[in-house]
Amino acid sequence: MVICPIPNSTDFNVKLLPHEQDLSEFLREQVQTAFANKTPLAIQGSGSKSFYGHPVRGEPLSVSRHRGIIRYEPTELVITARCGTRLSDLEDMLAEHNQMLAFEPPYFGADATLGGAVATGLSGPRRPYAGSARDVVLGVRLLNGRGESLKFGGEVIKNVAGFDVSRLMVGALGTLGLLLDISMKVLPRPDHESTLLFSMSRDAALTQMNRWTNQNWPLSAASYDDENLRIRLSGAATALARVHQQLGGELLANTEAANFWSDLREQRLAFFQGETPLWRLSMAPAAKTPNVSGSWLMDWGGALRWLKTEQACDSIFREAEALNAHACLFRSTFGSEFQPLPPALAILHRNIKLAFDPAGIFNPGRLYADW
Amino acid sequence: MSYQEHAAEIVVHAIEKPTFVRQLKQFLSADNILSEPEDMKPYECDGLSAYRTLPWLVTLPETIAEAQAILRLCHRQGVPVVARGAGTGLSGGALPAANGVLLSLAKFTRILSIDPANRRACVQPGVRNLAVSEAAAVFGLYYAPDPSSQIACTIGGNVAENSGGVHCLKYGLTLQNVLALKLLTIDGEILTLGTEGLDNPGYDLLALVTGSEGLLGVIVEVTLKLLPIPETAATLLAVFADIEKAGAAVAAIIGSGLIPAGLEMMDGLAIRAAEAFIAAGYPDDAEALILCEMDGLTVQVQADLAKAENIFHAYGALEVRQALNDNERKKFWAGRKAAFPAVGRISPDYYCMDGTIPRRRLAEVLKEITRLSREFGLSVANVFHAGDGNLHPLILYDANKPGELELAESFGGQILRLCIEVGGTITGEHGIGMEKINQMCLQFSTAELRQFLAIKAVFDPQGLLNPGKALPSLRRCAEFGALHVHHGHLPYPELDRF
Ligand SMILES: Cc1cc2nc3c(=O)[nH]c(=O)nc-3n(C[C@H](O)[C@H](O)[C@H](O)COP(=O)(O)OP(=O)(O)OC[C@H]3O[C@@H](n4cnc5c(N)ncnc54)[C@H](O)[C@@H]3O)c2cc1C
Repeated sequence: MVICPIPNSTDFNVKLLPHEQDLSEFLREQVQTAFANKTPLAIQGSGSKSFYGHPVRGEPLSVSRHRGIIRYEPTELVITARCGTRLSDLEDMLAEHNQMLAFEPPYFGADATLGGAVATGLSGPRRPYAGSARDVVLGVRLLNGRGESLKFGGEVIKNVAGFDVSRLMVGALGTLGLLLDISMKVLPRPDHESTLLFSMSRDAALTQMNRWTNQNWPLSAASYDDENLRIRLSGAATALARVHQQLGGELLANTEAANFWSDLREQRLAFFQGETPLWRLSMAPAAKTPNVSGSWLMDWGGALRWLKTEQACDSIFREAEALNAHACLFRSTFGSEFQPLPPALAILHRNIKLAFDPAGIFNPGRLYADW
Repeated sequence: MSYQEHAAEIVVHAIEKPTFVRQLKQFLSADNILSEPEDMKPYECDGLSAYRTLPWLVTLPETIAEAQAILRLCHRQGVPVVARGAGTGLSGGALPAANGVLLSLAKFTRILSIDPANRRACVQPGVRNLAVSEAAAVFGLYYAPDPSSQIACTIGGNVAENSGGVHCLKYGLTLQNVLALKLLTIDGEILTLGTEGLDNPGYDLLALVTGSEGLLGVIVEVTLKLLPIPETAATLLAVFADIEKAGAAVAAIIGSGLIPAGLEMMDGLAIRAAEAFIAAGYPDDAEALILCEMDGLTVQVQADLAKAENIFHAYGALEVRQALNDNERKKFWAGRKAAFPAVGRISPDYYCMDGTIPRRRLAEVLKEITRLSREFGLSVANVFHAGDGNLHPLILYDANKPGELELAESFGGQILRLCIEVGGTITGEHGIGMEKINQMCLQFSTAELRQFLAIKAVFDPQGLLNPGKALPSLRRCAEFGALHVHHGHLPYPELDRF
């Protein structure tokens, strides 16, 4: 046993959250019955991200009461929690120990759950600098489509035993398995953060963001709204002072800066309002603006571009493909739609789905309409 | 030697070698086909040299089209295929199949492009790990994952093993540094996984293929993420009277909110071996040593170093030294990076283990390893990627002494079991390969293995790609389980035993 006291250790006396409970057995029975009867299931957390992906025709199966933090040891940089755990509870717990989910998961609703964050695989502004949802998932316990409870990965940072099924679940929108418990790597919160604002043109902003990244300034976010470039910096106060001195720009007040980054992540900025279809394009960070008319907002230092346009879906998917990028109709009055896969990959996807869920009971249609 | 193939994992085919060679020669130059034992000798093992088999044939394609044609032919004839990079793997992953084709990627050595604006490099799979950083240096960029074997090992091998290095606590494993790849499936089709963006549509097949040990396809092109070279890197060397105090100091460093670029630990035997080998400047009477590297902006590094130094003192360090210049810093690291060959000098042979454990169990695990060492009568040197809990016990033995290798192996098996018991895993970065295939039966249940087998069948229904590696058949586990009844529970009770 370690004799010296370890600072900041919870010694596994994890504080109980309200309504904490383990519904693994109940959920397993539900899935087994659904498998036997071939009943399609619509897996539901809090529903905060139900706009993302296609609507599912299936019997609702709520997982939001399967919640609670199972293990958290700050000095191991790992937390394990049930899928229905509210992100806010999880992040509060981490904050108490001065740690965070570095991928800054978007909530899109106060009750957003951990399972939903992992199943959608979406990451916030810090993503290019601190990693994505899939980068930090270390292990999962899941139910496959036969209702078998399976454990993959683990609670250690390095683990190469077996195929990386845990990360395959990230972004799969619940079509491969029902996530029961999830282990994630967490990171310390930076000592200080500051945000600098610069007014410039779009092309200048693209060049500038990438140049600064290449120059190794301690960026933790970079976004351009077609008028202003904002960069967030993280680190020691002395380091941030030096960056400001070197790069110039207007230093935003702390609350204003924090609000901006969370409004960007939660899509509360004015740009995101209105009825015009909202597209998400994931592309090379320094790439020029794609040839689509509409209004643009850049995040991830240019690697993520939000687009509002009325242009037809096909033309946008084609443009994205030509750029070796990919597009997703993220929100619109007629739902959302993902970049179609090339035929060989589409077949592979279908077969992977069958390998996990032979009866096709999990979230049919949510990711790709025909299955 | 003592690895055991299992009948259920051997793929049989009936084609005669001369016929097959004739078919190969229709699209592959005779120079790139080796079939004489003396030519194939260099391919009979990888870095786990205790395991050896001559392949049936070696092929050295030069283009993707040739590699595709080889796979198509093997697929049609039902011949197993084992991909090979540099052969530095430590788990027998590139061990040939005695009746199969060894597909060497040794001729795929071109760096296809470096895109400094988007910080990425597109390379062929046979490019050596270090060559990427060397080529990127003119742009002020480098490739972060740095296995100790980086002068020799290939990017294809790194992706297949999801290799790590001393920098992976801060910068991630291979997985977090691969943006896209091209994969040939067993029927010779080419799949592009990944786009130019940071994420991809559909399932995360990049994650599935990374670390899949050549079981799902042959990697023929990889796009890697590059990082800007930090303004400053500085290293502290902290000396402790015992490994437990050092372990507590590591936990304290992480608990304080620091993420060092490297955080490594060595025990007394490893320290002395390294010091004798390359005079790294380690105090050779120390029982434990920590190397802690900080990188980034100079002002940031100064702040981090001061914090780390205080912690080391507070946790009882006998001495804390900062490398005075880049030369000394490189020497500190050279000692750590040469730890394996250094141990190789003090013992005729060594067997390198690769378990990962929750860091807080370190002292307990090391104590148990010491006890086992006495029980088996074999010494152990420990080097430890302390930041991420990845332990490399090096078991010293002499293969010329009858029975010692087998003893070393069963000692190793006990260490792996221990890693599972404390909540860790049997491999942090070296892979399962042939070596730990039996322990897969301990770490995973039948249903979990079935799920892996179902994934394998999606890509390779005939099981031609690297058969008998990484993923055990259920038959193997049934028999292995029968030999290892644990706490009175018989694993795999539902399977026939024989
Ligand atoms: C002294 C020493 C130090 C080491 N240090 C480290 C370390 O610090 N960290 C670490 O992680 N590892 C380390 N290793 C292990 C080894 O170097 C890595 O596993 C490395 O990634 C293997 O690369 P390779 O090119 O030699 O692959 P090989 O050994 O040739 O092959 C490894 C596996 O990958 C498969 N494979 C190879 N190329 C392809 C391809 N193109 N497509 C599909 N499958 C392929 C093979 O079939 C095999 O299963 C060390 C090894 C030695 C000898």
